[in-house]
Amino acid sequence: MEKILVGLKRAVDYNVRVRVRNDGSGVETDGVKMSINPFDEIALEEALRIRERGEATEVIVLSIGPADAQQQLRTGLAMGADRAILVQSDAELDALDRARIFHAIVERETPGLVLLGKQAIDDDNNQTGQMLAAIWGRPQATFASKLALQDGKARVTREVDAGLETIEVELPAVVTADLRLNEPRYVKLPDIMKAKKKPLDTIPVDDLGVEPSPALQVTHYAPPEPRQKGIMVGTVGELVDALKQKGLI
Amino acid sequence: MPGILVIAEHDGEQLNPSTAKAVACAAAIDGANIDVAVFSTAGGAVVDQAARLSSVSRVLSVEAAANEHALAAVLAPQIAELAADADYVFGPSTTFGKDLMPRVAALLGVNQVSDIMTVEGDRTFTRPIYAGNAIVTVRAPEGHPVVGTVRTASWPEAGNDGSAAVERVSPSAELPSHTRFVELQSGDSDRPDLQTASRVVSGGRALGSAENFSIIYALADKIGAGVGASRAAVDAGYVPNDMQVGQTGKIIAPELYVAIGISGAIQHLTGIKDAGTIVAINKDEEAPIFEVADIGLVADLFTAVPELTEKL
Repeated sequence: MEKILVGLKRAVDYNVRVRVRNDGSGVETDGVKMSINPFDEIALEEALRIRERGEATEVIVLSIGPADAQQQLRTGLAMGADRAILVQSDAELDALDRARIFHAIVERETPGLVLLGKQAIDDDNNQTGQMLAAIWGRPQATFASKLALQDGKARVTREVDAGLETIEVELPAVVTADLRLNEPRYVKLPDIMKAKKKPLDTIPVDDLGVEPSPALQVTHYAPPEPRQKGIMVGTVGELVDALKQKGLI
Repeated sequence: MPGILVIAEHDGEQLNPSTAKAVACAAAIDGANIDVAVFSTAGGAVVDQAARLSSVSRVLSVEAAANEHALAAVLAPQIAELAADADYVFGPSTTFGKDLMPRVAALLGVNQVSDIMTVEGDRTFTRPIYAGNAIVTVRAPEGHPVVGTVRTASWPEAGNDGSAAVERVSPSAELPSHTRFVELQSGDSDRPDLQTASRVVSGGRALGSAENFSIIYALADKIGAGVGASRAAVDAGYVPNDMQVGQTGKIIAPELYVAIGISGAIQHLTGIKDAGTIVAINKDEEAPIFEVADIGLVADLFTAVPELTEKL
C-alpha cells in the first residue's frame, strides 16, 4: 500500500486535571498543556511500524483544528511521519464535521488505510472513526489491540467487553487504536530538528466545501457531584465491622 | 408521541442487560413509544426476552444469516432504514454500541450524543467529558433524529413485566461483504459478570503478578463478587483486557466496590464513581483512591486481603 493517513487531535494533556469554569460556560483551557490525543499517538506509532516493515510507503498525519495544532503535527513528524496536513478551523466542530472533513482529505489522498485513536480524551465521544468509515462506505475495525496486513486485507483484534474479537476487513479501511496496540516511541532531539523541514500543508476548512453538520448545542458545564467524605479504619476487623454496619455483608 | 428505536445487544442466547438499561433511558423521555430492534439469525429466546422488557411496545426482529455476528458495517445500514421515522435511536454505551451507533448516526447525517447519563427534557441530556471531570448538558437539534448511546452505569435495568408485540421485519438495505468475523476469545468465567455484578473486587499493579491475583479471586468468590482490574494490572499482563475498569475500560456501578492495590488514577475513578460503597486497601496512605473511598484501610494487601477473606 502506498499511503496511510493518521488523525492527530490536539487535546488537553492526559495528566492535566481539567476544571469547569465557575460560570458553567466551559472548562478552563487557558495556559493548559496541550498534546496529541494519546490514542492518536498510538495510531501513528502503528502506522510508522507498518511503513518500517515495508508494507506502506508514506505516513501522512492530519489534524483538524486551530493553527496551534501545527505543534502536534510537528510532534507527529518528529515521531516519523512523512508529511502533515492541517485543516484549519477555529470553530467548535462536532464529530460528524470532523468525519466529513477527514473524508474530504481521504478523497484527495486516497490512502490504503486510515488510522486514528478510538476516542479523544477531551470530549470522550468515540465517534469520528466510525463516522468516517460510514461516509466513506468502507469497513471499520474499532478498539484495535493487534493489526496485521496481508493480501489487501487487515486482520484486526479488537478489545471488546466479552474479550478479544478478531475480524478481517478489506482495504481500504478505518482502524481505531486502543491502548494496548503498541507503546509509542519517544521523540529524539535530532528528529525534532529534522521534522522542521518536513512539509506541513495548511488548508482553510472553507476550501474543502464540507457541509456543516446539525450541531449539538452544549448549554451548560458542571463539575461532577462530589462523593461523601469516607472514613479510615485501622484494622481488617474494623473494616469488616464497617461493612456489616452498612449492611453490605 | 416520540418514536424511539432501541438496538438490542445479545450473544445469540441472552439479551445483554445493557439493553434493559437503554430501554430505561428511552422510557425517561416524555410519551416515549419504544421499539426494540433485535438483529439475529433466527430470533428465538433473545426476541422473547426483549418482548418482556417493561414499556416496550414492539420488538422488531430482523432475522438473516448476515446478522450472526454484530458487525457494525452490516447492522448500521439496516438500522438506518428502520430508523427512517424514529425520533430517537438509542444503543448501549458498551463496546457493541460504541462501535455501531456512530456509524448509524453518520448514515442518518447527525452527531451522536455519547454516554447519556440523564434525560433533562426535550432532546436534552447530560453526558460526561474529560474522563468525567465535567458533565455537560447537550441539546440535539430539532428536525433530525437523535442518536445516542446510554451510559449503562447511570441507568437501572427496565423491568420484565412487558408483553410487546413481535414483528418480523426485513430491511432491504444492501449489506457489505467487506467485513468478516473471525473469532472471539472470551475468558469464560463462573464469576458474576463485571458489568452487572452487585459486588466487584478489583486488583491493581501492586498485586505484582498474575499468580498473586489469586488472593483477589479468593476474596471475590467468598462474597460472590465479579473481578476487575486497573489498567496498570492489565497492561502488566496480570489479567485479560476484559477486566479493565475505567475511562477506556468498563464503567461500572456495583453496590460494593473493593479496590485492592489500586492507586486511583482519575481514569480508573471514572469507571467506579457510581459505585454505592467504595472500599480501598492500599499500602500508600497518600494514594488518590482514598479521596473517593467510603472506607479506607492502609495496609499491606498480602496480609490484609487473606485476613479479610477469612473474616467475611
